[in-house]
Amino acid sequence: MKLHNISLGNIQRRKGKMLFLVLGLVMGISTVVTLVSITESMTWNIEQRLNQFGANIVMVPKSDRLSLHYGGINVGGVNYQVREFDQKKLSDIRTIKNHKNLSIIAPKVLGPVTVKNKTVLLMGVVFEQELALKTWWHKSAGRFPERENDVMLGSRAAALLGYKVGDTIRLSDRAFNIAAILRPTGASEDDAIMVSLIAGQTVLGKEGKLSMVEISAFCQGCPISEMTLQIAEKFPHAKVTAMKQAVMSKMQSIEMFKSFSLGVSILVILIGSLLVMVTMMGSVNERTREIGIFRAIGFRRGHVMQIILLEALLLGIIGGIMGFVTGNLMACSLIPMVIKDGVFAGINSTLGIVSLFMAVALSLLASLYPAVKASNMDPSEALRAL
Amino acid sequence: MTQANHLIEVHGLNKAYLNGDTRVEAIKQMDFFIDDEEFITLMGPSGSGKSTLLSILGGLNHPNQGKVFIDSLDLYALTAEQRADFRSEYIGFVFQSFQLIPYLTVLENVTLPMAVTGQKKKVKTQMAMTVIDRVGLGTKALRLPDQLSGGEQERVAIARAIVNKPPLILADEPTGNLDSKTAKDIMILLQSLNTDGHTVVVVTHNADMEAYASRCIRVQDGKCFV
Ligand SMILES: Nc1ncnc2c1ncn2[C@@H]1O[C@H](COP(=O)(O)OP(=O)(O)O)[C@@H](O)[C@H]1O
Ligand SMILES: [Mg+2]
Repeated sequence: MKLHNISLGNIQRRKGKMLFLVLGLVMGISTVVTLVSITESMTWNIEQRLNQFGANIVMVPKSDRLSLHYGGINVGGVNYQVREFDQKKLSDIRTIKNHKNLSIIAPKVLGPVTVKNKTVLLMGVVFEQELALKTWWHKSAGRFPERENDVMLGSRAAALLGYKVGDTIRLSDRAFNIAAILRPTGASEDDAIMVSLIAGQTVLGKEGKLSMVEISAFCQGCPISEMTLQIAEKFPHAKVTAMKQAVMSKMQSIEMFKSFSLGVSILVILIGSLLVMVTMMGSVNERTREIGIFRAIGFRRGHVMQIILLEALLLGIIGGIMGFVTGNLMACSLIPMVIKDGVFAGINSTLGIVSLFMAVALSLLASLYPAVKASNMDPSEALRAL
Repeated sequence: MTQANHLIEVHGLNKAYLNGDTRVEAIKQMDFFIDDEEFITLMGPSGSGKSTLLSILGGLNHPNQGKVFIDSLDLYALTAEQRADFRSEYIGFVFQSFQLIPYLTVLENVTLPMAVTGQKKKVKTQMAMTVIDRVGLGTKALRLPDQLSGGEQERVAIARAIVNKPPLILADEPTGNLDSKTAKDIMILLQSLNTDGHTVVVVTHNADMEAYASRCIRVQDGKCFV
């Protein structure tokens, strides 16, 4: 016979009431687990599809000229005078402090070419990176360029120049095969001809040069502005700009959801603790005489308190485990409804440990007052109670 | 102040309860002693203060005035926790309506007082079984209290009271709820415990029970008549 035998015996005897208490804990813990899981899945799902936000850092050569562009209109007239920087140094970007958060690095070279007496924007790109970055690019015909002499035309460029897939196009005396035509995107590439980076550099006579680099970085709470500074430090001749809007607005909605979750969690936990406290208090009141007996046969106040808190501990462990399981089940079934195409990010063992500790702490805290009250009962009064 | 052969000494004891606005003098200026190995009955009508006196002797109820010495120990000079330890070591309580823990078996109920003492589990079980045998319930050790008769439950209560081998057994109307045959058996059991060396104080309002005692202390209106 030890004190825990008494606690266990009481739990077994008052299954109904104890279940009610555990329910309070399960309610609190499962809500927290569900909300945390949903938040995690949101972030995770965004990370998984980070590319759809496009570049969030853009690197261009520093210029002492003022921009003559506004809202897509170039008031400076046709002006393809672009400056470049060296391609060789680009690998330095992988040495910044947050290099692990760099996802896609899409270098490109830009310049004018003349085709059928028209001046057209030529973009030399690394197709693999470019296509990964611009998930909204769809070809209306053909296949995306793979070979050195494959080109891809923007929809307007193709229409105005009168080309279709399979045609041959000559760019400064070099013959290229039109592999694909892009569907309209509403952006500059509609008017452009895209070739591989090396081909572009050769055609434009800018071997080893880059006109701009688009960078996609994403991570949970990614320090985009800090990374921008880190990159700028490595490339003193480049102007590095963070284009945060898309990611920031997504992150903002997650942050908002987080605040909402926190509020709901606090509320539900408060209700749960109240349930635990009321149930424990009821149990203590019911056991007044029993407590009187304990005191009469030589239990100290501390022993009585231990019995109650031991019960709270056991119920806390049960509630924590059950709450975690319930929370994961709820998250699993809720996520597809809350997040479009959302996938459950998986069971988080840290969250499991945290919820166990939380349930135990909650149960103990809520039972503290009943336990103190039980231990302070006057034994002779307690024995008189009927 | 205390004499060597007095197990209990009560000096100028007073206890009053506040029942709302009215003050009930449950114990008025009591003085008496009980010797080691006596079998005392506390007799008196209902409401005369017997239970109050017993709980004070057992260190459960703080008097307003006066002192209680047990084995020369000034009981109410101790802290509450010290008094709990004292009860564990010195006192075996037997209550009127058995007061067993319903969700524990006979064996567990009897082992209960040892939950706060340091013996090994095996020793505890052995000690508990010895006293369960002693009260004649050896075959019913694994039953729950509500599977026993009233007389048997009272025996369990007595077994629980003696398991820690306390020098003093305090019983509050242990036969109050029993038929006269069973009541006699219980008194005989208490008598034999007294013979074994326990000092026994039994509260009763049944004059028949006087026969088993070595001495009777009468209580009336909170006063005692030795
Ligand atoms: N805890 C208490 N609170 C208020 N009054 C009490 C309390 N205990 C006993 N009394 C009163 O004190 C008197 C003596 O009670 P008690 O000691 O139980 O007498 P007995 O056991 O002889 O019947 C009674 O009037 C009873 O109502
Ligand atoms: Mg009484």
